[in-house]
Amino acid sequence: MAAKGIRDQVAIVGMGCTHFGERWDKGADDLLVDAATEAFASAGVSKDDVDAYWLGTMGSGISGLTLSKPLCLDYKPVTRVENMCATGSEAFRNACYAVACGAIDMAMAIGVEKLKDSGFSGLVIPKSPSDGTASDLTAPALFSLLAPAYEKKYGVDPAELKEVLTRIAWKNHHNGALNPRAQFRREVDKATIACSPIMAGQLGTFDCSGVSHGSAAAIVVRAEDACHHTAKPIVVKALSFVAGPATGTADPSYDYTTFPEVERAGRNAYREAGIDDPRAELAMAEVHDCFTPTELVIYEDLGFAERGQGWKEALAGTFDLDGELPVNPDGGLKAFGHPIGASGLRMLFEAWLQLRGEAPPERTIKSISEGRKLALTHNLGGSPGECVSFVSIVGSEPSA
Amino acid sequence: MTRGIVPYGTYVPYWMLARSRITQALGIPAGPGTRAVASYDEDTTTMAVEAGRRALASAPASMPAREVVLATADPPYMDKTNAVALHDALGMTRSVPAFDMSGSVRSGTAALRYAQYAPVPVLSVLSDMRNGLPGSSDERDGGDAAAAFLFGSGSQVIAEPVAHASATSEFLDRWRLPDETASHQWEERFGEHEYVPLAAEAVAAAMKEAGITAAEIDHFVVTGVHTRAVKAVQRSGEFAAGVVADDLTGIIGNTGTAHQGIVLANVLDTAEPGAVILAVSLADGAEATIFRVTDAIDAYRDGSSAEHRRSTLRPLDHAELSYMKFLTWRGHLEREQPRRPEPTPPAPPPSARHEAWKFGFTASRCDVCGTRLLPPGRVCIHCGAVDRMAEERLADVPGVVANFTIDRLAFTPNPPMVAVVVDFDGGGRFRCELTDVDPATVGIGDRVEMTFRKVSTSQSIHNYFWKARPIREEA
Repeated sequence: MAAKGIRDQVAIVGMGCTHFGERWDKGADDLLVDAATEAFASAGVSKDDVDAYWLGTMGSGISGLTLSKPLCLDYKPVTRVENMCATGSEAFRNACYAVACGAIDMAMAIGVEKLKDSGFSGLVIPKSPSDGTASDLTAPALFSLLAPAYEKKYGVDPAELKEVLTRIAWKNHHNGALNPRAQFRREVDKATIACSPIMAGQLGTFDCSGVSHGSAAAIVVRAEDACHHTAKPIVVKALSFVAGPATGTADPSYDYTTFPEVERAGRNAYREAGIDDPRAELAMAEVHDCFTPTELVIYEDLGFAERGQGWKEALAGTFDLDGELPVNPDGGLKAFGHPIGASGLRMLFEAWLQLRGEAPPERTIKSISEGRKLALTHNLGGSPGECVSFVSIVGSEPSA
Repeated sequence: MTRGIVPYGTYVPYWMLARSRITQALGIPAGPGTRAVASYDEDTTTMAVEAGRRALASAPASMPAREVVLATADPPYMDKTNAVALHDALGMTRSVPAFDMSGSVRSGTAALRYAQYAPVPVLSVLSDMRNGLPGSSDERDGGDAAAAFLFGSGSQVIAEPVAHASATSEFLDRWRLPDETASHQWEERFGEHEYVPLAAEAVAAAMKEAGITAAEIDHFVVTGVHTRAVKAVQRSGEFAAGVVADDLTGIIGNTGTAHQGIVLANVLDTAEPGAVILAVSLADGAEATIFRVTDAIDAYRDGSSAEHRRSTLRPLDHAELSYMKFLTWRGHLEREQPRRPEPTPPAPPPSARHEAWKFGFTASRCDVCGTRLLPPGRVCIHCGAVDRMAEERLADVPGVVANFTIDRLAFTPNPPMVAVVVDFDGGGRFRCELTDVDPATVGIGDRVEMTFRKVSTSQSIHNYFWKARPIREEA
């Protein structure tokens, strides 16, 4: 049984996205109010026009009250969702389905995360009581497993791979430097990236995404109603989400050079959207660059590059802002940090800007002027061998 | 029927502290040689597991241990029986009881005597970690190790205790209150004055009981809590050259409760059939035991692989430790930890549900397709069969490093944390920590074996589980 999807049935008519960063001045409730207010204004609607809300957050609050209270909602349904690093995208997916099925006319998907108030470095995942037998590795260590595996499988010298990873970080910082909403708004030269202190395996500080606070929101309606709100709606072409069987950690045939979950989510999304050649058809992609080798592997899992060729394409600039297929034109997790609940919606926000021609000139991608009309957003949560993954395709035309 | 030691095994930790390092660091004379140091993830229970595994590896299949006793002066838990974790880690069944003999060094003798006089095969494990304040003679002269002996009856006994005598006396020489980490010792000449006659008394009584004279003693093993008294007793017997056994304190230090077992095992490694061993242990009195080595020892050595032999201080099995790391591991040097949450202690209910996995490293194997699953699960990852799993213990199955990383951010008493993805011989994969290793030497394809360790201690709970360690073989 194949999922039919909701191609062209739902459209985004308004979005909001806060400045991401160390927002010591704002709590999760403040960030939610900021993102929601911007989204309401963007769509020209009020909070009462929205029939139902989906809130994505991993650890910055539980239940719908986390949103209904700061927004002072009028007894609206608010669903709080969590799906690791795909949390924000998961809020969006469910909001779209609710609109598509006709149960409601207008929904908001909103995500938020305050990661740094805990005082810890990096990401801290809440844990259930356990038998204490799972190794307590940090995320950089888990994702660093990709590097030696990739080197071994494709015969890439570690120094050569380091250059590739460095270039990925450099590219995303370059893009982020052009983005006023990014956490890091400075270019970082390659020597600084390459020589940054080692965190885990071959990964230095600059191979890791930042840790930040932020919120982003989208308002969706049925596609046929979109014209009442905006002349340039962004139409949902595909929504794909998979939770893997997590066998990679137990199966010796898993080789740490791919995320089968990403490959599968991508394939599902391309089928729903009717995409045959993503590299040729997509105008841009926002992918989950939590660590530089993650982005490298994603190029191959999502079909942007052939297996074993992603590293060469990265070096050749294929995925640069002015490349054939710009990846993370907004700066990605690298420049935005990764407030878990907000990231997926932040990615959609860049697709919204670029596809509507509203990105500032210095960040405008040429693939759109060349006639491409589709954007992809992607998340993965978990770690190599055991993760969840989300892929969306959105477009600027109903029949693109 | 002959009753005595059937197989035995010892464990001396990987890490060795050169006493010259103490001299370098503190500017005090610390003498020559080394002492064995339990790693940051070891305690007396985990070392007991290693010694016990080595003993059981060469035990006859017809003689499963029917009881296990653990003697230590440094129990990781009070109230709770430490021997039960040992029991589980050795893969023993529920019907095998496990008992502690804890608190004093002399409990080591008790464990051996209990095993000798029991009506069933008993595994007796002696384990200890010897602590002292920085710069103390206990720090310098102590050591950490474990020794295990399976006592049983029949023709496979390799060493039979033929006589035993005690001389027990109450005097205050060495002591420690329950909440103290370092021991106290009275002025040493007083202890010597007490111990030497007690040893003579016990030795004379044991020889009388055995009906032998000093001339018939082939190996004289003297261990005890009082260094000066031990030396005096070693000199007192007027034995021929080579009879007084090396007490190994120069290499591994005095391992307290474990020490009589360590030195006895070292003698058994090379003892001839028919040899007579007189073992004296000084701890709040003197205990003298006379063992006669049987003809079975030749067959034991031929058939028991190198399992117990590799424990006797093969240089390959040891690496030198810095004094700063030693101080850190012993809690004398509190160091800044990364800004990460402290480890969450294991919760008792899930730990109990997964007892065989957590303590025995027992995974599952699918009855339908044969796929191994670590940790054990109910649904086969290969064929999807549900509830068709059989238990399979993998503690003794080696594997190969399929992937690895070094985590410099993780919370660990010994940063950086080294993690490996292990593919086990015969199938199955598991990701775990790699211990007893220089992080710079790890590579894909390395051979590893499993070892029972203390992963962390938080909120007064020790989290025991298995880690991998490199297999070190002669080139």
